[in-house]
Amino acid sequence: MVRYVLKRLLLLIPVLLGVIFIIFTIMALTPGDPARIILGESAPQEAVDQLNHELGNDRPFLTRFADYLYKAIFELDFGTSYRTGKPVFKDVIVRVPTSIKIAFNGIFAATLIGIPLGVISAVKQYSAIDNSSRVTAMLLAAIPPFWLGMMLIFIFALKLGWFPSSGIQSWKNYILPMITLGLPYAGSQLRMTRSTMLETIRQEYIRTAKAKGVPQNIVIIKHALKNALLPIITTTATSFGGLLGGAVITETVFSMPGLGTLIVQGIRQKDTPIVLASTVFLAALFSLIMLAVDLLYAFIDPRIKAKYSR
Amino acid sequence: MNTDIRVSDHNIKLRTKKKSMLKEVWRRMRKNKGAMIGLVILIIFGTAAIFANVISPESNVTTQKAAIRLTGPTAEHIFGTDAYGRDLFARVLYGARISLTIGFVTAGISLLFGGILGACAAFYGGRIDNTIMRLMDMLTAIPGTLLALTIVAALGPGMINLLIAISISSIPGFVRLIRSVVLTVVEMDFIEAAHACGTRDPRIIFKHILPNAIGPIIVQTTSSIASMILQASGLSFIGMGVQPPTPEWGTMLSEAREYMRIAPYLLIFPGVSIILTALSFNLLGDGLRDALDPKLRS
Repeated sequence: MVRYVLKRLLLLIPVLLGVIFIIFTIMALTPGDPARIILGESAPQEAVDQLNHELGNDRPFLTRFADYLYKAIFELDFGTSYRTGKPVFKDVIVRVPTSIKIAFNGIFAATLIGIPLGVISAVKQYSAIDNSSRVTAMLLAAIPPFWLGMMLIFIFALKLGWFPSSGIQSWKNYILPMITLGLPYAGSQLRMTRSTMLETIRQEYIRTAKAKGVPQNIVIIKHALKNALLPIITTTATSFGGLLGGAVITETVFSMPGLGTLIVQGIRQKDTPIVLASTVFLAALFSLIMLAVDLLYAFIDPRIKAKYSR
Repeated sequence: MNTDIRVSDHNIKLRTKKKSMLKEVWRRMRKNKGAMIGLVILIIFGTAAIFANVISPESNVTTQKAAIRLTGPTAEHIFGTDAYGRDLFARVLYGARISLTIGFVTAGISLLFGGILGACAAFYGGRIDNTIMRLMDMLTAIPGTLLALTIVAALGPGMINLLIAISISSIPGFVRLIRSVVLTVVEMDFIEAAHACGTRDPRIIFKHILPNAIGPIIVQTTSSIASMILQASGLSFIGMGVQPPTPEWGTMLSEAREYMRIAPYLLIFPGVSIILTALSFNLLGDGLRDALDPKLRS
């Protein structure tokens, strides 16, 4: 197992480098002159050229990228904000916990609702529960998270006053974003779980277990769900990317100071270092979640365990 | 002479077979309640989008009337008016044009590029396959919305840039799917026969491989239109997509946010329109998948 974990950790390095390269390249396409943005429209051209030279913006693209990478890795220096003139690393790092909380709450809610309902749906195929949860899942997949968030704010914050509509002061602030983010993915988890479980419970070993007189609940949970979990984990893991993207928008709806709101603010102010650093952090967070899922997968799948235990 | 007759015979047989296959798919679709509901919703929204200017003059979208701002639904303005006194019904109606355009155009672009890249990867294999797929791996390591957001950040907000951003972020999914579908077709004997006849590669790809791989591709395209429309409205909502005063549903919802307390209907109509449109594509996609599923074919 240790070898597998090490291998996956090493594989993370090229992935992260690739991610940084892509985001850096896209951001380098931004029209507009960094020094011009810092100094303002009225600054003389000589001053702009001078500052660009000092910042190293007149160097070739690959040199700039290598420099950025070197500073980011060895000095944790992700550049200086065009607007405040301060290093962006601090601004970004204080917002990471909020984004992690929002994303994990969403994943938690989605799993907690989606998987049990999916199992029940599959076990009681074509029953009233199955039909209603399928219709609900279909509807949930079509609801834009930001709209759901606004409706929740309208009902539970403005009308009922149960939860605050913005900020991160207490745990209550995280409830509505959790539902906003979790519900649409609960729908897709439900669909996935249902179809995988349906395939699994038709397998012969399930019939054998039932014939042996194993109680229904144990057959479902121990025999069927345990085997169905593998494909469920793989497919839902990929949907977490969408969930993280949704988190950016959810943060905006609930005005939460996470990486998402920082990116939006950075784009509005044309503050490229901020956008670059927060995007890199969010993408890294995504890669880490995928890594965690992979490790979880290895932990559950005896085939991977067996392959690396030799 | 004899061979000629046989060839034309064969052609006729192929024709009838093709027609009956489409008929078969349609027959299965018609039995699928969900798919039919989706189709009806889509036809309603499609008609509304095409004939928007017949139903309500385009000037209604932008005409501001300060006297009637934020009035709820009335006989004259059946969806009410927004903060500038503009007719919400007209705006939602023209919003259908924008959202459907975004959906179809982005799906078209990503299908085109995804198709070319995916087919090349599967067809040529080896180094080409490796290069394309590693590039796609890198792109999928960044969540779609985040990638789209980064591209919009670089190019600047606006409709065209939104189209580019969403298309690029959806290409990897298409490449993956088309590659895997083409891989299964490439192995088949008739492709080898085409090679043996000296048919040129592009012709084999577009004439023989893609038409045989079309089923899953149609399904994926239909369902991805839904997620593209959702993504576009989300980006417009945070101000990174279609810019006001253009009546995009996400942009309208973003404007409605401030007036949520006094005019909740501003949230309902554009929101429900997004949901229904996305739902219709999802239902159709599911219906098509069931209808085209070879496992169900007897």
